[in-house]
Amino acid sequence: MSFINYMAREINCKIVYYGPGLCGKTTNLQFIYERTNPDAKGKMISLATETERTLFFDFLPLSLGEIRGFKTRFHLYTVPGQVFYDASRKLILKGVDGVIFVADSQVERLEANQESVDNLRTNLAEQGYSLEKIPYVIQYNKRDLPNALPVEELRAVINPQGVPDFEANARSGMGVFETLKAVSKLVLNELRRGG
Amino acid sequence: MVNPQMVMYEEEFNQIQAVVDRLVREANAKVVFIVDKNGQLIAASGEVENIDTTSLASLTAGNIAATGGIAKLLRENEFATQFHEGEKANIHIQLVGNRVILVVIFDSKSSLGLVRLRVRKASDELNRIFEALLSKVAEPGSDSPFAEITDEDIDNLFND
Repeated sequence: MSFINYMAREINCKIVYYGPGLCGKTTNLQFIYERTNPDAKGKMISLATETERTLFFDFLPLSLGEIRGFKTRFHLYTVPGQVFYDASRKLILKGVDGVIFVADSQVERLEANQESVDNLRTNLAEQGYSLEKIPYVIQYNKRDLPNALPVEELRAVINPQGVPDFEANARSGMGVFETLKAVSKLVLNELRRGG
Repeated sequence: MVNPQMVMYEEEFNQIQAVVDRLVREANAKVVFIVDKNGQLIAASGEVENIDTTSLASLTAGNIAATGGIAKLLRENEFATQFHEGEKANIHIQLVGNRVILVVIFDSKSSLGLVRLRVRKASDELNRIFEALLSKVAEPGSDSPFAEITDEDIDNLFND
């Protein structure tokens, strides 16, 4: 749910990075944080376990610039990917404006990706959202790994509806900003339609 | 509408800000702020210069969301109030009208009793303001200022 503040002339939107455990959601945010101008970003918050697994969420506020005199701010969140944190994932999806699904390209994670997409669909539906209607893009991460599946095979399983999708290597940053831009554009387009 | 917008207008913002400013004084608080349940900061008052209000807003909303999740598991409606006591700073968190979160940070210059009392009064006022705001947003004709933006406007955001 975007928040339009006429007083501060600001618009705030919430983007959630979703995906199976260890697919690279936090790494996406870390790369964005490192590469963003200090005056365009706030502090990155990670609520993680001692072993650096996301426990509740990561949070990164970003300012994109102005549209028609309104500052556009995006709040980026990740969910904890591990299966047993489902209650937390549901909470983080509340009020979401756009979703990036980060898929792990490795062949042995195909099933985990599929389960996570199904879980996303279910959890969105609980909030009255549908994956078909919400701004939604997919990122195939870890393209650099030798056991990465061909994109066509991933697409057939994870992206049958053909939403915008991107190859990425979040560690090096390849595809990270492209994915974020794509979902941001969809979110702004949705706002234009009064969504 | 699947994705209803939260909108803040000048008139209601000023009313909310007045409530928050008064609460800082009357409760002897260091900082008071209001966040919506999704973690967006709505208003803040007091010694906010040295505080990262954006992060606080997001964490407070996360906190309320987690507590709400626990309430649901216990078949409670909500835990509307939370209080965390630190060595120097204390934080009082109050859910207002199940929609926004009123946060008061205070130190030894105030007390939990005083904060509670003042928060109760402020909550009632805030509730009224937000109800009026919501009915205004629901009125037809309150169009998004983004209805007129072009593809070019959007592309320009990403040109740097």
